[in-house]
Amino acid sequence: MMFVPGNNPGMMADAHIYGPDSIMLDLEDSVTMAEKDAARLLVYNALKSIDYGDTEMVVRINPLSTPYGKKDVEAVVKAGVDVIRMPKTETADEVRELEAEIIKVETELGCVGRTRIMAAIESALGIVNAFEIASASDRMMGIALGAEDYSANLKTQRTPGGAELLLARETIVVAARAAGIACFDTVYSNLDDMETFRKEVELIKTLGFDGKSIINPRQIEVVNEVFAPSQKDIDKALRIIAAIKEAQAKGSGVIAVNGKMVDRPVVIRAERTVALAIASGILDKEEAL
Amino acid sequence: MEIKNAMAGTLESGDILIQVEPGKGLQVDLQSSVSAQFGRQIKAVITDTLKGLGVENASIKATDKGALDCTIRARVTAAVVRATGKDVWKD
Amino acid sequence: MRNSKVVSLEEAIRKSGLKDGMTISFHHHFRGGDKVVNLVVDQLARMGYKNLHLAASSLSDVHSPLIEHIKNGVITKISTSGLRGELANEISHGLMKEPVIFRSHGGRGSAIASGELHIDVAFLGASSCDELGNASGCPRSENAKSICGSLGYALPDARYADHVVVLTDDLVAYPNVPKSISACDVESVVVVDSVGDSSKISSGAIRDSKNPRDILLAKQAAKVIINSGYFKDGFSIQTGTGGASLAAVKYIRESMIEKGIKASFALGGITAHMVKLHQEGLIGKLIDVQSFDKVAAESIASDQDHQEVSSVEYASAEHKGSAVHALDIVILSALEVDVNFNVNVLVGSDGIIRGAVGGHPDTAEDSALSIIVCPLLRGRIPCVVPKVTTLITPGKSVDVVVTEYGIAVNPARHEIAERLVEAGLKVVDINDLAAKAKSIIGEPDALPFGNKVVGIVVDRHGDVLDEIRNIED
Repeated sequence: MMFVPGNNPGMMADAHIYGPDSIMLDLEDSVTMAEKDAARLLVYNALKSIDYGDTEMVVRINPLSTPYGKKDVEAVVKAGVDVIRMPKTETADEVRELEAEIIKVETELGCVGRTRIMAAIESALGIVNAFEIASASDRMMGIALGAEDYSANLKTQRTPGGAELLLARETIVVAARAAGIACFDTVYSNLDDMETFRKEVELIKTLGFDGKSIINPRQIEVVNEVFAPSQKDIDKALRIIAAIKEAQAKGSGVIAVNGKMVDRPVVIRAERTVALAIASGILDKEEAL
Repeated sequence: MEIKNAMAGTLESGDILIQVEPGKGLQVDLQSSVSAQFGRQIKAVITDTLKGLGVENASIKATDKGALDCTIRARVTAAVVRATGKDVWKD
Repeated sequence: MRNSKVVSLEEAIRKSGLKDGMTISFHHHFRGGDKVVNLVVDQLARMGYKNLHLAASSLSDVHSPLIEHIKNGVITKISTSGLRGELANEISHGLMKEPVIFRSHGGRGSAIASGELHIDVAFLGASSCDELGNASGCPRSENAKSICGSLGYALPDARYADHVVVLTDDLVAYPNVPKSISACDVESVVVVDSVGDSSKISSGAIRDSKNPRDILLAKQAAKVIINSGYFKDGFSIQTGTGGASLAAVKYIRESMIEKGIKASFALGGITAHMVKLHQEGLIGKLIDVQSFDKVAAESIASDQDHQEVSSVEYASAEHKGSAVHALDIVILSALEVDVNFNVNVLVGSDGIIRGAVGGHPDTAEDSALSIIVCPLLRGRIPCVVPKVTTLITPGKSVDVVVTEYGIAVNPARHEIAERLVEAGLKVVDINDLAAKAKSIIGEPDALPFGNKVVGIVVDRHGDVLDEIRNIED
């Protein structure tokens, strides 16, 4: 998920060419108070006009407690955004409040249920309430850690090893899995230190995160490399796909691997693994066929 | 509709700076490095956006740095919102 | 010293027998830091010369003082590879009566060698020179001020001009060896305060980019090279100007190490990237027609495997021994590419001249694989278009076009397309790229060209390829 400042039209027009899985246009911290109105209009018009292809589009709005939050919701829902990211989420009630605002706009448009929610947790209270936040609404698609505010709130600061974030990261992964939604790690802002960045990505992948937030296209390659499927995953996926072909050849509707029946989500995951492996250059196309 | 002086946008690459002043009819003064190829189109987007917002009388100075149409619409709207004090979103 | 050729500039000009209407020549090894052209033409103007033909290997934005000399009739004709800045702008608006003749570097070398471009007096800046005229672009004393490395573009002028004047800001003891320009070809030596600002030899067209889009394009270009079928031990390579094409070298380096592949030589404008790979043992020899930065200029002065070539030896179409005939891969940039793979590197899409032909058509035609790297859009300017504003490199010479929206392969090279698809790269139809550009920026209006011909593009075989018309406001 690549962060793009919401008041920078040059970057907004270009962001998808680097192939991030999702783009988060930011109306909050990267936009000064004097430019909130202009950035909101820019994000609205960009979402309506620019062809972002398959990229999932997220907008980080201002908190509903500010004078900007509700207008942000109206604008981005009208523009057809995929996901609204709510910053500084501390309680499940805040998620439900956002949902109510979204429903208001969606009702007017006749598209109730279109917009999904991601909550960023950026404080100790938010971490304590993580599962309630993650399960506060059917629209919740993921929770994310915002480490800058969180570490300030803990009265500590960020370190290269990330010891100060360990509990928060584990809590977020566990809460997300318990609620059946995705989880995303925080940004790493030193662009010149790719080594530490890579270590951090390796750590959060091990912890169970689904993805990493990034601030510059240069970071995408590292994330993709670290998240590329393992040989074991690929072998398993190839066995499943071979079984499908065998079943089709036999005209059988039942697919089995090692005597166990394979259901649809497993097939989808296997196909995704193979596609990712080919894209990452690990797997030769010939081999996959 | 009463119009005060206002502006929106920047002079960064890919952006456009829109300055709105009171005027008679719609006047658009455009400076752009791509005016030979896109000047007509940029002016049309500006006047269409103004008309869509109900602005009939205004003088616009636009300094373009290669903005796309969606950016031009956003910046003109923001300048008009600031010039009229009337937002396009609900309060 | 006996037989010293050192004289003042005025004396050198007088001795040369230069007359109104004749052709004078210059090289552009100091690029944006050149001081020789303005110095000499100012002197010629003071001496009352008119109607001169200025034949430079290239001109850049430091040469705007020529505008006045064109207006007062000192210069009435120009031949060059490129034009930039205010001079280019004025010429595009119709400053000159006669059109500027644009030739590629190889084309200029051939034209000088064949006599098609006859030079009466060459004024050649050199970083060091002795009193008899042995000259070099390398420093040879602690007083050296201006260093440009290779003098490749000046060598045909030195050899074929009727009269040669070397200008230097570091007169050294005889013999100044190894030499680039031989004393046997030189009639006069002039000592001046400065021949050029060497800190600017990497200015103009050359940038090392941190721009993420350039990095994306460079990485894609590297993947194209690695999977093209030409990435084999002993391959040869050249990179053109432009951030992305220069940076591509950085990204093939890793694959070279990993696969144990070494290049036999790198050709053309030599950069710090190339020098680094050479020093690491990944590139055998450097064949240098022009040193693109300080590191390259220092390397050519000290390294036996880093050799200077003249523009004829570099890129002549007629001389089958020229290096481009042995070149495997070239990575080039472009202002515009059209759906027939034709490339324009000279005229901006506003109709104003803002670039240089350079070695683009020479290397594209003779290399085994030519790759053009350019963004689909620069701001609102489309780079993949239905038809190029000015034709510089014909599409039949161009094999692959790399953009941030996908890679297009010339249909004549379908085997390359197959290899790239096989490797998982996003290969697209070039018509789809042009359509994508149009969908983002809209349909541009036609440029307001007038009826006056302000430039003629002569191809490397000597035939007229295209005309540039004046632009109206």
